[in-house]
Amino acid sequence: MMNNFPYLLSLAIWLPILGGLLTLCASAPRHAPLARQIGLAFALLGLAVTVPLYTGFDTASAAMQFVEHQSWIPYFNVHYSLGVDGISMPFVILNSFITVIVVVACWKSVQVRVAQYLAAFLIMSGLINGIFAAQDGVLFYVFFEASLIPLYLAIGIWGGERRVYAAIKFFLYTLAGSLLMLLAFIFFFQRSGSFDLAEWQALPLDLRSQTWVFWALFASFAVKVPMWPVHTWLPDAHVEAPTGGSVVLAAIALKLGAYGFLRFSLPVTPDAAQAMAPILIALSLVAVVYIGFVAIVQADMKKLVAYSSISHMGFVTLGFFIFNPLGMEGAIVQMISHGFVSAAMFLCIGVLYDRLHSRRIADYGGVVHVMPRFAALFMLFAMANAGLPGTSGFVGEFWVILGAVQHNFWVGFAAATTLILGASYTLWMYKRVIFGPLVKPAIQALSDLDRRELAMLGVLAACVLAMGLYPAPVAEVMHVSVEGLLSHVTAGKL
Amino acid sequence: MTPMQQLYLLVPLAPLAGAILAGLFGRRIGRTASHVVTILGVAVAFVASLFIYQDVAAGNVFEGALYTWGRVGDLAFEVGFLIDSLTVTMMLVVSFVSLMVHIYTIGYMKDDPGYQRFFSYISLFTFSMLMLVMSNNFLQLFFGWEAVGLVSYLLIGFWYERPSAIYANLKAFLVNRVGDFGFLLGIGLVAAFAGSLNYAEVFAMAPELLDLTVPATGWPLLTAICICLFIGAMGKSAQVPLHVWLPDSMEGPTPISALIHAATMVTAGIFMVARISPLFELSPTALSFVLVIGATTALFMGLLGIVQNDIKRVVAYSTLSQLGYMTVALGVSAYSAAVFHLMTHAFFKALLFLAAGSVIIGMHHDQDMRNMGGLRKYMPVTWLTSLIGSLALIGLPLFSGFYSKDAIIEAVRHSQIPGAGYAAFCVLAGVFITAFYSFRMYFLVFHGEERFGHAPHDHHEDAADGHHHGLAPGQKPHESPWVVTVPLILLAIPSVLIGFVTIEPMLFASWFDDVIAVLPAHDSLAGLREEFHGAFGMALHGLMTAPFWLAAAGVVSAWALYLRFPQIPARIRARVEPLYTLLENKYYFDRFNEVVLAGGSRWLGRSLWRGGDQLLIDGLLVNGSARVVGWVAQAARLLQSGLLYQYAFWVIIGLVILLALWWPALRLGALS
Repeated sequence: MMNNFPYLLSLAIWLPILGGLLTLCASAPRHAPLARQIGLAFALLGLAVTVPLYTGFDTASAAMQFVEHQSWIPYFNVHYSLGVDGISMPFVILNSFITVIVVVACWKSVQVRVAQYLAAFLIMSGLINGIFAAQDGVLFYVFFEASLIPLYLAIGIWGGERRVYAAIKFFLYTLAGSLLMLLAFIFFFQRSGSFDLAEWQALPLDLRSQTWVFWALFASFAVKVPMWPVHTWLPDAHVEAPTGGSVVLAAIALKLGAYGFLRFSLPVTPDAAQAMAPILIALSLVAVVYIGFVAIVQADMKKLVAYSSISHMGFVTLGFFIFNPLGMEGAIVQMISHGFVSAAMFLCIGVLYDRLHSRRIADYGGVVHVMPRFAALFMLFAMANAGLPGTSGFVGEFWVILGAVQHNFWVGFAAATTLILGASYTLWMYKRVIFGPLVKPAIQALSDLDRRELAMLGVLAACVLAMGLYPAPVAEVMHVSVEGLLSHVTAGKL
Repeated sequence: MTPMQQLYLLVPLAPLAGAILAGLFGRRIGRTASHVVTILGVAVAFVASLFIYQDVAAGNVFEGALYTWGRVGDLAFEVGFLIDSLTVTMMLVVSFVSLMVHIYTIGYMKDDPGYQRFFSYISLFTFSMLMLVMSNNFLQLFFGWEAVGLVSYLLIGFWYERPSAIYANLKAFLVNRVGDFGFLLGIGLVAAFAGSLNYAEVFAMAPELLDLTVPATGWPLLTAICICLFIGAMGKSAQVPLHVWLPDSMEGPTPISALIHAATMVTAGIFMVARISPLFELSPTALSFVLVIGATTALFMGLLGIVQNDIKRVVAYSTLSQLGYMTVALGVSAYSAAVFHLMTHAFFKALLFLAAGSVIIGMHHDQDMRNMGGLRKYMPVTWLTSLIGSLALIGLPLFSGFYSKDAIIEAVRHSQIPGAGYAAFCVLAGVFITAFYSFRMYFLVFHGEERFGHAPHDHHEDAADGHHHGLAPGQKPHESPWVVTVPLILLAIPSVLIGFVTIEPMLFASWFDDVIAVLPAHDSLAGLREEFHGAFGMALHGLMTAPFWLAAAGVVSAWALYLRFPQIPARIRARVEPLYTLLENKYYFDRFNEVVLAGGSRWLGRSLWRGGDQLLIDGLLVNGSARVVGWVAQAARLLQSGLLYQYAFWVIIGLVILLALWWPALRLGALS
């Protein structure tokens, strides 16, 4: 059984970090090609070591698998403790996969400080794998905070004009939230004498302390998701971030907040989570509807997709807090799908930006005449973003809407407006960018996708379609874990 | 898998294979190979459907899953087939019309640079539509539903350099999404309360759902389910007020107007309601709702056909009106009549559209009927087939349209359901209107003086893009090539005969017996069934009924106004100017949608963005709190001046305050 193979998770964490440090050795500008090769090699290697996580995964068990356990700081009972269940395992793979895409995407578009750029993203990839695998509070917190730094640097160094404002806004926003999370963790430690996540989940807490802790954790995770009204850092960060930064931000970083809800808020404070669910549901629906309307009027493509991300993440939090299997599995599937689709959307915008150096919708029009292949792929991703059946974007939305109708008809009603809103903002943008007569001279000079871009978007397209046509293989790894989580939450601690 | 099951699978997969080949490798394999593979794919689907028809006619029904798409909790999401008489009827209609349209396209699109792409799309459409009708569950139905919507979107915007086309396709997609919104909620209710999405399982559960209400709303559950699902049908089958996309969809090439926007996709909503008749039967409220919507569409959309000058738009409004007839039939529980009309309509409307396309080819892409006239002489096949199509449409006895439309009118007359009186008026008045606009078009195009070859009366708004040429002075229209005329002839045959041949099995015998459920109390076809003595007798009897004379009156009026006394319409128009303006503006639906809905959404989005995100959250809370921190820091900086006498001053002030606060307490303490 592959399950017995040790150190898979450690490899998934430390290989990319090692790769990142190695690329730094080739940091002279003339060594850029070498840095790219090292980066790609380690990104691929990082992805390769995560494959056995799926193939060797025991879908019948809700327990942590591929467990590693070593003492780290004995005085505080801190351990280097790793493991994944059906909820976290897909994200380790997704993250490692997105890292490969990011490395390929920057091949030509990043020309300054190439090694440092690659190092930032590889190190971040390892740290994020650490977040998903950590089974110890301190370890989690360290990875969680450390992963901020490379992203902060990526935006602040390789970003656009207002990169410094965006980077600081991003950093302060998320750091402020994390401090409250740290307080919550210290509280757990005081109560349980341990940083072991499993012990925290079993920790008896009364409703009052649960409620306090719930909101402390909420402050951290809601910012990351981001939930309305603490979402305004995201559009700024996306607009200023380089393409790779936007891809990681949308595909992975946003999932960290949602994952936090699953790993901490729901299991550790289940009764508070249930008591506060109406508020969380309301905030999620505001994200879906309010942000949907805001997305329609955006003139900047990246901002539009950023707002659409917030709206899609609203589905994730909605799915969590209606506490039924459809909602929960739909939400997790939506997280994975959003990883593919938002990554692809930002890459498509990056493809255009590389050529024309503009993100303004008004600067485009008639792109299909000169970039037909690009237009076809972009259409697929746009449709996935609008939740068309047959694409991955449909699956999660569909399940969450079904779950929401089951929970309360009006919640489902509000959630289902995304069918109209999502199609409106996505396809209206598509129409203005891709269709129309070819009149602007700058557009006439555009060239279609090259082989590298085609491969990169083609792989994502295959993922989007495969998951849309046959989501069962993805969904079935999480069944048992989700069931376990839901029964734990429903049982409560009181 | 049994051979029969392999055959089922072959039906959708053959067109899919054609679509993939032509779509991905179209440029490499060339134009001819592209149309050969796609036509072959659809032909295979048609032939396989014929075999399946034989099998079903022999009494074999299949219901089973292909694979499990996903499973959450107790809810299984499957992809599978339900092959019964209703399915196989739809399969035959879809694959046959699609085959005709494929062949026709060779001629119609022969100079278009997007030739391969077009064939790929229409084959993909055929695949999606077949998956839709062959489904055994709501999930796959929704898959097909959205997939045909996608292909429709792609095809309306096929000429993507035209602003009007890409406006129309976005509009079509969004309006359909409004319908899908309801549809999805309906599916959500089904899943939540029936615990399954499989048709058979849901139908078996239906009696248990009868007394339930939807929590948090108080609505009767089945009524809510049926109305939600029907809202989806209103989008796809273009019922008022979600009809606005269909006339604009005429921006697409004519072959798809025939295939998608007349014969097949727009009838998906009709098919869906017929498919789930066991649910609708249990909710008279939903049936009344369906009936009123359908009747309104049938009459009021027909009226709009009278004022159109674009040949395709006349046919489009006629389609809207006929879809209204089908919906009316659903409303009075005459599901089999709805499907029957769906079938006859598919043939004669596809014929009318393709004939209109042939006229458009002959006119060098001028679609304005005011520039036509007298084409009979130049395009004999197109003329004759158009006449056949028009006669079928207006319901001349013996023609296919007569049987299906008469059955609907009779069913409405016999129905007791609330709204039936209104519907009876609408469908009867609609007969006159239908005959009038159909023969207005017919006379304007094929008879009268030849108005082509002059300078165009009316510059179409997008005349500059090269698609609306028109005939040069002195140039004559010409008959279209055989790839165009052969499909016309092949469609003309069923347009005449299919009603005569199939009315008995479809309406009165047992063809739909186990598929379509009708409660005895709702059986509006019972009266007709008793009076029915053969198709020929029905046609003879038809000569003596009101619909026939209304239709005749419509034809004669059209002849009088547009052929005999062509100066009169202008005078009438001047007399009823306000009414004309109302019709000309299509009852202002488009204006309302553009200003109130689209404009309102943009306004709301902008206000939320500027007022909520930028002003309130970022301005006040985020940057505001940053500013507060700044102010506090600045104030604190003022205190730390480094001047000793200031510090001493603050110390004294502090001492005074402390003493003032504590003094009473200290005194109290001393006293005690």
